[in-house]
Amino acid sequence: MSFWEYANPKKFMGWTAPVLPYVFGAAALCLTVGLIWGFFFTPDDFRQGSTVKIIYLHVPAATMATGTWFMMLAASLIWVVRRHHVSALAARAAAPIGLTMTLIGLLTGAIWGQPMWGTYWAWDPRLTSFLILFLFYLGYIAMWEAIEDPDTAADLTSVLCMVGSVFAILSRYAVNFWNQGLHQGASLSLDAEEHVSDVFWQPLVICIVGFVLLFVGLVLMRTRTEIRARRIRALEARARRA
Amino acid sequence: MIALLLRDLRLAVRAGGGFGLGLAFFLIVIILVPFGVGPQVDLLTRIAPGILWIASLLAALLSLDRIFALDFEDGSLGLLATSPLPLEGAALMKALAHWITTGLPLTIVAPALGFLLSLAPEAYSYLLLSLLLGTPALSMIGTFGAALTVGLRRGGLLLSLLVLPLYVPTLIFGAEAVRRGADGLDATGALILLGTITAGCFALLPFATAATLRMNLR
Repeated sequence: MSFWEYANPKKFMGWTAPVLPYVFGAAALCLTVGLIWGFFFTPDDFRQGSTVKIIYLHVPAATMATGTWFMMLAASLIWVVRRHHVSALAARAAAPIGLTMTLIGLLTGAIWGQPMWGTYWAWDPRLTSFLILFLFYLGYIAMWEAIEDPDTAADLTSVLCMVGSVFAILSRYAVNFWNQGLHQGASLSLDAEEHVSDVFWQPLVICIVGFVLLFVGLVLMRTRTEIRARRIRALEARARRA
Repeated sequence: MIALLLRDLRLAVRAGGGFGLGLAFFLIVIILVPFGVGPQVDLLTRIAPGILWIASLLAALLSLDRIFALDFEDGSLGLLATSPLPLEGAALMKALAHWITTGLPLTIVAPALGFLLSLAPEAYSYLLLSLLLGTPALSMIGTFGAALTVGLRRGGLLLSLLVLPLYVPTLIFGAEAVRRGADGLDATGALILLGTITAGCFALLPFATAATLRMNLR
């Protein structure tokens, strides 16, 4: 019994079906607890007032936006090295979720930025690199859509993902060089001095766990859909040949 | 490799199209900018470095899809792939040919167009140097993008969507170097980082380009 056996599409369909409800249930539980705790049972910040509470959506979404890209990178590497089809499909399934997370991060940031910084948008390094990440997601998804042959599409998008990762990181540091930041430092860090106060931190962690679970559930579900779509294509091709 | 380079150059010059077209496009973009933002000299002086860099980037983008498309259609790309020359070398030469036909002329013409935008006099040497250092990276990244989209019938639009985000670091350092030069600041850091990107692209991207070409030719 090896870890890689789960990459067999049949096995994958088998074990994800019973697991999915639990993942979604846990995600719903964490998000409900975290958001209600965060929205109603934490004090207002003494300078930011109640606007501080958008952090419970903004930070988890932003974390998942970058996390999704890393997941796609790992899945692409697995596809290139071991050619597991489920891995390629999972990368494909994750991309729109990452795109949505990036958008949520950008929008909640803009809504928070208007009262706090007095502007919806500033060309701040963090904001800018998120916008670039958004473009990378768009290009990646467009690449998947454009190529008909599924194996070639998986190959090319995984190369794009790898090269894109290098350039995304490069851009992240290049924009630092280009403009000074308005955005605050790390909200979450192991260094207690740096991150947000404990009252906000505990519900925030629960929200992040909820977002991670939601992401896992959505990726599994979308991968299952991709596998089914692939099966339908195979059946249709067989029917045409017969 | 040299033979391939010379062949591509000859094709670019004699078949017309791409060679002069990129330059004409560059000229037109530069001419259109004052119509868009107004003829105030001080405003033009301030935005000239960025506009010159963006225009040369777009001009380089214009001829990218020709790098592999014609060779792919008539099958000579398949011959290149089976020839004793490693495909990585072929990719490198393709990028070099693209640079000599677009990047190099752009670099030479750019200072002349700087006059049109009343670029600060101190910035001319930085403009020349930064384009000389940066445009090879644009060609190499573009060659990679062209290899990704070579099998697609309408790859042009997708190509620009894929390649433009990859151009971000080059553009930042290139335009920053000229801007610092124009402001009389020290631009060495930006120029060094720009050179680093170019060197890194030429060291690594031929391998990625060759890998994608093999995938597309399979």
